[in-house]
Amino acid sequence: MIRTLSQRVAVRLPFSVQQRQLLLYWLVLLIPLPLAVYTIGLGRYPIAPGEVIDALVRFVVDPPEAGAQPDLVYNVVTRIRLPRITAALLIGANLAVTGVAFQGIFRNPLVDSNILGVTSGAGFGAALALLLSAGAGIVQLSAFGFGLLAVLLAYSISRLYYSAPLLVLTLVGILIGSFFGSLTSVLKYIADPLDSLPAITYWLLGGLTDVTLADVPLLAIISLAGMVFMWAMRWRLNVLSLGDHEALALGLNPARLKLLIILFSTLMTSVAVSVGGVIGWVGLVIPHAARTLVGPDHQRLIPATMAMGASFLLVIDTLSRTLWATEVPLGVFTGLVGVPLLLVILRINKTGWK
Amino acid sequence: MLEARNIHYAYVADQPVLQGVSLTVPGKTVVYLLGHNGCGKTTLLEILGGVRAPQRGEVRLDGQNVHHLPSHQRAQRVGLVPQLHIPVFAYTVRELVLMGRTPYLKLLGTPGRADYEIADEAIEQVGLSHLRHRAYTDLSGGERQLAMIARGLAQQTDVLLLDEPTAHLDPRNQRLVLETVVALAEQSVSFVISSHNPNSALLYAQQVIVMKGGRVVADGSPASVLTEDTLSHAYDMPVEVIYNADRVARAVMPRRTNGANSHEHHVRVF
Repeated sequence: MIRTLSQRVAVRLPFSVQQRQLLLYWLVLLIPLPLAVYTIGLGRYPIAPGEVIDALVRFVVDPPEAGAQPDLVYNVVTRIRLPRITAALLIGANLAVTGVAFQGIFRNPLVDSNILGVTSGAGFGAALALLLSAGAGIVQLSAFGFGLLAVLLAYSISRLYYSAPLLVLTLVGILIGSFFGSLTSVLKYIADPLDSLPAITYWLLGGLTDVTLADVPLLAIISLAGMVFMWAMRWRLNVLSLGDHEALALGLNPARLKLLIILFSTLMTSVAVSVGGVIGWVGLVIPHAARTLVGPDHQRLIPATMAMGASFLLVIDTLSRTLWATEVPLGVFTGLVGVPLLLVILRINKTGWK
Repeated sequence: MLEARNIHYAYVADQPVLQGVSLTVPGKTVVYLLGHNGCGKTTLLEILGGVRAPQRGEVRLDGQNVHHLPSHQRAQRVGLVPQLHIPVFAYTVRELVLMGRTPYLKLLGTPGRADYEIADEAIEQVGLSHLRHRAYTDLSGGERQLAMIARGLAQQTDVLLLDEPTAHLDPRNQRLVLETVVALAEQSVSFVISSHNPNSALLYAQQVIVMKGGRVVADGSPASVLTEDTLSHAYDMPVEVIYNADRVARAVMPRRTNGANSHEHHVRVF
């Protein structure tokens, strides 16, 4: 059972639980945009928020013609930082909302969208392409494809067993994930230790250093489509989280809905991993944090999770590129920050699982 | 009117759970379903509710085959309140009851003002208004059961199937739930209630169906069904029915294994 922070401390605070959750909800939704504008200005070449806004407005309303030589601020804002920050927002929202969707349909607060092996599959796909010295585009495509393949395998294999479909699917997902993890280890073992091994290792740690404007369109299309889908599922996820039996009794088709949710989640996670590498913990930490703030109702939880995931990854990415002269890989940082954060949240909630 | 004809079901081949069950539930009626553990009550309710398809036979609601209706239409007409509910996420009572409105929502819709009003009214009917905004994971077993029944009421169906609705309730809450049920049955809804309590059937049922080993062994008015012979046969143990001065059955009691109920030896009538 997961209780929210506001449900626990209801007696001590002045507003009612409902008012407080509503207030926090809108607060959480409003954070990403100003945060993005502020963090674009941060870095080796600091830019004031006013200038950032000016450059962004020009980028949208009046972009300089091809061949023209725009000023330095405009270049830094739109060519270097905007793609990276857009990617951080989209990937963060992606990983967080698929986490909340998976926790809902698996009725398990300890899973995220990686439970069916998508990240391990994508990692293998990227490592394979890197081993063959493929270009950045091929690496992304291979990661995306193998991410989908891993989940497809897990889903199809689990259909061969009769009992407790959800449990079998989880188990097979973990097995497929481990299998692709072993395959990746094989690739690392045979990789050239001076050339492709560092590339594979670095990719697997995750990071947005190499994101360019060209990476954004596919990521944006799949992410936005996925987020719209998840938002459309916001009521159904409430009912699905009660279990198949009750969802059926309330007139839903849980098998079909869960398949759709798994499909969209896998597309979203695959595209996120293909651009940003393996970034763990967002899909587990953010849903818990969001539930603590706005409650378990997916009508608010879905938008709140997207906003919080976007903000979280943006902050982590900004820290990773500004704290030290060399960047700390993003996947390392999300773990270093995310795990203590999750421990704190669980402590606040005094979560009593049975 | 809900009619089941010759329902057969087996979870494992050669181990039938239901072997040709037929029954009729007229409108505005409270029907009790009695029978030993494992006699197929829950399976039968799931089949009647359209959640599980029978392997043979059919269920008709006002002439329409329940299993051929689109699922949201079926859920607008037959509701099923399950026996045990294991909560994972701490929805409030109101959020839980609102989920009963799901069959009425458009494809991408969420509950509107009217749905909230119906949910609040259902919560009021089971006497949980003061707990409306509490997490239902924090409620007692009985209160949680009441919340689940409120969700069934919010579903506004013609027939509501309750699987052991009073199993975790104290006598006062049992009375609250069952009198709510009787009042609603007088208005519009029919109830099928599975239970291990023949005394509740005596008090509240208009029709009692007794099952044994996947078959119906008795079906009729409480007076005709709740007899010592029928119940002793159904539960495979000696049962005593206690009548009042007007020969109306008032209580059903098991007999102790070692002959007569032992306290009778010590009571002298002066």
